Amino acid sequence: MEFGPHLMLAMLEGLVQASVLTLTALGLSLVFGVMRVVNVAHGEFYMLGAVLAWWVTTMLGGNPAIGFVVALVVAPLLVGLMAAAADWLVLRRVEYDPERTIVATIGLLYIIQQVTLMTYGPDAHPVTPPFNTRLALPWYEFTDAGFQIYWPWGLSITSYKLFVIAAAIVTCLGLWLLMARSKIGLILRATQLDSETAQAFGIPVERVFALVFGMGAALAALGAVLVVPIQQAHYLMGGDPLLLSFIVVIIGGLGSLRGTVVAAILIGMSDGIISVFFTPTLAKMLATLLVAMVLVYRPQGLFGAKPA
Amino acid sequence: MKRALPLHLGLIVLLFALQFALPAYHHGNLARIMVMATFAMGYNIMFGYTGLLSLGHAMFFAAGMYGMGLAVTQLGTPVGPAFLIGIAAAFALSLIVGLLALRTIGVAFMIVTLMFSQTLFLTILYFGSITRGDEGFGIKQATRQIMGLDLSDPTIRYFAAWLLFSLTLMGTLWLVRSPLGRVLIAIRENEERARMLGYDTWRAKLSAVLMSGTVSGAAGAAYGVLFGYVGASFAQVPYSIFPLLWVLLGGAGTVIGPLIGALFMFYLIDLSSGVTDAYMLVVGVALVLLTLFAPKGMMGMVRERWLKWLP
Amino acid sequence: MAAVTLLSTRDLCRHFGGLRAVRDVDFDLPQGEIRALIGPNGAGKTTFVSMLCGRIPASSGSITFQGQDVTHLPAHKRISLGMAYTFQITSIFGNLTVYENVALAVQHRLGRDHAALKRETLAALARVGLKARADQVAGDLAYGHQRLLEIAMGLGQEPKLLILDEPTQGLSDGEIEEFIALIREVSANTTVLLIEHNIPVVMALADTITVLNFGEIIAEGTPAEIRANTHVQEAYLGG
Repeated sequence: MEFGPHLMLAMLEGLVQASVLTLTALGLSLVFGVMRVVNVAHGEFYMLGAVLAWWVTTMLGGNPAIGFVVALVVAPLLVGLMAAAADWLVLRRVEYDPERTIVATIGLLYIIQQVTLMTYGPDAHPVTPPFNTRLALPWYEFTDAGFQIYWPWGLSITSYKLFVIAAAIVTCLGLWLLMARSKIGLILRATQLDSETAQAFGIPVERVFALVFGMGAALAALGAVLVVPIQQAHYLMGGDPLLLSFIVVIIGGLGSLRGTVVAAILIGMSDGIISVFFTPTLAKMLATLLVAMVLVYRPQGLFGAKPA
Repeated sequence: MKRALPLHLGLIVLLFALQFALPAYHHGNLARIMVMATFAMGYNIMFGYTGLLSLGHAMFFAAGMYGMGLAVTQLGTPVGPAFLIGIAAAFALSLIVGLLALRTIGVAFMIVTLMFSQTLFLTILYFGSITRGDEGFGIKQATRQIMGLDLSDPTIRYFAAWLLFSLTLMGTLWLVRSPLGRVLIAIRENEERARMLGYDTWRAKLSAVLMSGTVSGAAGAAYGVLFGYVGASFAQVPYSIFPLLWVLLGGAGTVIGPLIGALFMFYLIDLSSGVTDAYMLVVGVALVLLTLFAPKGMMGMVRERWLKWLP
Repeated sequence: MAAVTLLSTRDLCRHFGGLRAVRDVDFDLPQGEIRALIGPNGAGKTTFVSMLCGRIPASSGSITFQGQDVTHLPAHKRISLGMAYTFQITSIFGNLTVYENVALAVQHRLGRDHAALKRETLAALARVGLKARADQVAGDLAYGHQRLLEIAMGLGQEPKLLILDEPTQGLSDGEIEEFIALIREVSANTTVLLIEHNIPVVMALADTITVLNFGEIIAEGTPAEIRANTHVQEAYLGG
């Protein structure tokens, strides 16, 4: 393939990755923003979403579309409930102390991952996409005959991947409506600004925290359900999303949802594009180092406002 | 010091004597545990005494290990000088990481150290032609000689591990009783106050990172020399979590806590591996239970209840 | 007798965003004096002394200590030159013992001399009446005793300038009497700068009073002069 169509393909693949990453990172960002804690087990909630999606579709059998739709609802819900329970049983008891929370969520990471290994097993399993039509895409060229549209071999995307992008956009809009327009959103924002004052005004902060922790995990799980027809479910699949979400949340400015979305698209796209043209190890290495440097020199993130 | 010194010397003598009593399997384990406890003692200088929680100590362990290993395989250096090169590599890395990471505090510090460590791991993979990537490389038995002593021999290996452990234990004991050690504890307790007593807290924290990273690197180099293997898995996230776990379990900010934690965890995993392959589950459960119910660790509780003087 | 000036500021300013907390302060503190700094809440007193000891940087202007420009020195270097600062909100090492708290203050001056460290630490504790509690964990002390511990830490540094930010807040009447006696004794060889709301304490101790309002010095003089000053009465005392 020529460079032009190749880049186009890389960008489309990047956009699909960016969509999933946006959802996962939004979950992490929401938790950090409202609760001021870092959830190191976030990637495992993602993995659980994927494994549960496989489990639901396998249990139901029959038409893959039905199983997928059920998984789309059930997996995030179950993961959200599990996360809320973990919050209630563990994080609440360490009083959301930032450092102890990190150590506890590292513990949760290994518990979730290893229990999955013991039950689900070490193998990767695929989930059949509900629909998967291949859509060829056109490219253009200038020849002696002038401007021409043609259909390069290999330049295509599947209808399912377009659905992933659309689903991510819809979810983001939904989340935005929830935060900006609903009573729950108001409570969340009040808690984010000052949880002690919120408590004084009668907001049940502990329950809000459990809800937020559940929502954060559910967003990661939703991303994973969307990705699992493209990429198989595996008990170690949580590592990369965790790292990338970290990167996104840091670049986007810790806790800023708008910054998170912008950074997720940026990072997801560039990760997709870079991994087409460069070795993934070098790309990851430079990205990780870059993010560490951002945190050292601009802890408010690239898009965050400088604190007064 | 009156009671602390005999206690710690007694522990050292006990560990020396144990080699004559233990069966071969546990003899080998204990040598390994003493090296890992040295790693944990290095970690404890930063986390337990200075209050700096690093999530990337695998990078110092790996810097020592690879500094030593690459000097042997690439430059043909004998293991004695190569061991020192490993320590120097860890020292240099601690200096760079300290200068950068200490600009941040709290959660940002934790994530920055994690990311630096991940960068080192990926660097090791990237230069796979030299480091042999994930697979790692062995240090040939023929080269593991120092002054005519064969370091792969179990007795000599045990003695070398014991020596490294004992020096670090006594060094830590000396440090925490020294003026600098007391300043580090003051920083852990209330950094702003320590600064307003006239202490250059930034410099003290940097020296804690340097000591911590260098000791961890010495443990990594020793591990490579004594067990004849250098591998990228030692640079991965679990090897940053292990020292944290050992120190938490044994008691952060106690001199013997790291040994107790490493010993306990090693045998817990050893026993559970008979039941399941998912031994990291034990690690996860231990971390959660510790943060919930025993944040001060075993020796921390001993100190609180019985031995108030325990350093 | 012209007293030697220990500390002075020229045009010292501090802004927080658009808010000017301290503006154009020219301040001179002669050696050996007990100076009180008073003013209504939010007048910029804590901001002002925080700039003196380097906890917060000055936006503009200069600070001179013992003839040396210290405006850009980090806090720990200014402390090493002979300033000591006790916090308005009690800031001690709560998990360490009372002895260890003061020992940390003394150690910076004495270094490795064990015998002297012990002697001077216990001496500082004795002066505030906490010697009997040396082995208690500092966080377990009653609030008033924690305030005294703060002062003991200040004394342990043997500073040339002792800055006390509302030291009598939360002390009982009896403790305040002892505090006044203690500061009189300390002032024999230490200059004292005192932020204080308790006017009887100020009147009993201060050689000179500086009044700060909206970040500016509005009056300075002996207790009698300040008492008679109508500006001050309007801004503060008469309130």
